[in-house]
Amino acid sequence: MASLRVIRPGMLTTVQDLGRWGHQESGVPVAGPMDWYSHRRANRLAGNPDSAAALEVTLLGPELESDSDIVCAVAGAEFVLTVGGAAVEADRAFVAPAGVRVRFGARRAGTRATLAVRGGFDVPQTLGSRATSLVSRMGPFGGRALAAGDVLPIGQPVQAAGRPAGRAMKLPAGGARLRVLLGPHDAMFTPGAVATLLSSRFTVTPQSNRMGYRLEGPPLRHMGPADILSDATPVGSLQVPASGQPILLMADRQTTGGYPKIATVISADLPLAGQLAPGDWIQFTACTRALAIVALAEQESVLSGDHR
Amino acid sequence: MTDLRIVPAGDAALLVELPPGIDPATNARVVALGRAVRDQCGDTVRDVVVGYCSVTVYFDPLQMDAAWLESEMRTLAEELPDSSVTGGRLIDVPVCYGADCGPDLADVAAFARGSEDEVIALHSGATYRVYLIGFVPGLPYMASVDPRLALPRRTTPRTLVPAGSVAVAAGQTTIYPSDTPGGWHLIGRTRVKPYDPSREEPFLFKPGDRVRFHPIDRSEFEQAG
Repeated sequence: MASLRVIRPGMLTTVQDLGRWGHQESGVPVAGPMDWYSHRRANRLAGNPDSAAALEVTLLGPELESDSDIVCAVAGAEFVLTVGGAAVEADRAFVAPAGVRVRFGARRAGTRATLAVRGGFDVPQTLGSRATSLVSRMGPFGGRALAAGDVLPIGQPVQAAGRPAGRAMKLPAGGARLRVLLGPHDAMFTPGAVATLLSSRFTVTPQSNRMGYRLEGPPLRHMGPADILSDATPVGSLQVPASGQPILLMADRQTTGGYPKIATVISADLPLAGQLAPGDWIQFTACTRALAIVALAEQESVLSGDHR
Repeated sequence: MTDLRIVPAGDAALLVELPPGIDPATNARVVALGRAVRDQCGDTVRDVVVGYCSVTVYFDPLQMDAAWLESEMRTLAEELPDSSVTGGRLIDVPVCYGADCGPDLADVAAFARGSEDEVIALHSGATYRVYLIGFVPGLPYMASVDPRLALPRRTTPRTLVPAGSVAVAAGQTTIYPSDTPGGWHLIGRTRVKPYDPSREEPFLFKPGDRVRFHPIDRSEFEQAG
């Protein structure tokens, strides 16, 4: 079986698939990619099903080497990518010959890239998924980020898995506007808090990771107590503890939480959110359920290449 | 269920809420509703998460119409049979209380203005309901703990709580399934594993289960390991 060895792991490189769904009632985080659009696109470029396990690379990318000739593709954040020192063209599959190093160099835009390898990474599944949950230490390699020396087995290519891979996502430059649906707990906040949320700039602080982004901005005030009896915490929800500083819950969030959620980022804007880094700004704008679905359907057609 | 509130939690989840409270009857209703929506909608829902007094249904918004799901949830709620509060399984949990197994037992006793033995008797003298599972895989939130033991969380959480620790805080009790940071008061240890990936059913507890603790001595605890 072909395998890929980690020479240098980069800042935070994890194995992800589309997430560990179906076990949140047992407290199991979904995890999965921060930018699921680029995860699926990298897999399509590599000739894999969308759900294949791939690597999520963060800010400083890894250096890798395979023991066989492999077909790779990278989507998401733009890095200077070389194979054996020669630059690789972005946005298309490339061959990494056996024993030749694939290296992520300088980063030009975005925060997270997905590296897919044809056949996907055939690491063991936990509860039906190969996603790494750093918070619950679940998934391949004991649920940790990759380290130098780790060896990732590569699976057999799936015949005719290839679906067209459409346009690359537009990457944020210093910040992003994210559309939200208010709620589910917006009624627990002062009317001024909702207005503040929708009219202010928030900054992603260094206390941000795959679980969530701690944001800094004008405080969002609760009308009464700042806690609720724990309930589910969907990806993209903005939970607000007593400090009034919101936390944008991301891929590796815990399954339940005890803070009210003032608003929730729409599904179509989550990949963009996943490309933000500490220091970036966020502006939230209100959206409707109907427009959120239109935006998601449109994104789906862009990914499938049938949208101009 | 006229007291039902259904609101979107983003475009890919619906939150169904009953009036807030840590109440067995309310929780029994959301557990039954969660089960009903799983049975009724099968694979078209991605996940169902029960809270104390809520159930959240995750779905693919391109596959399922949220307005349809909302009306389906209302219908299911109307048709829900009167669910039994005591219907869950009864799970027995042997606990080695105090000393290095439960380093906070003395603090809890001080709060209760009683002896450590009285705390043990109070904690092991009740049957608890599992309200929800959360925080880390398999961790059960159980209530209600005797008010005399209902001290708030520790002001400074521990950076490492050993797996198997039995703890109390804010009128609730739990068992830590894995080594994790934690802010509850540790009163004992058990060999019972809330999460064991090698078990056929990895998760021991489900919302609606009932749990009883019983004290064992140090040698029984050692042997059980």
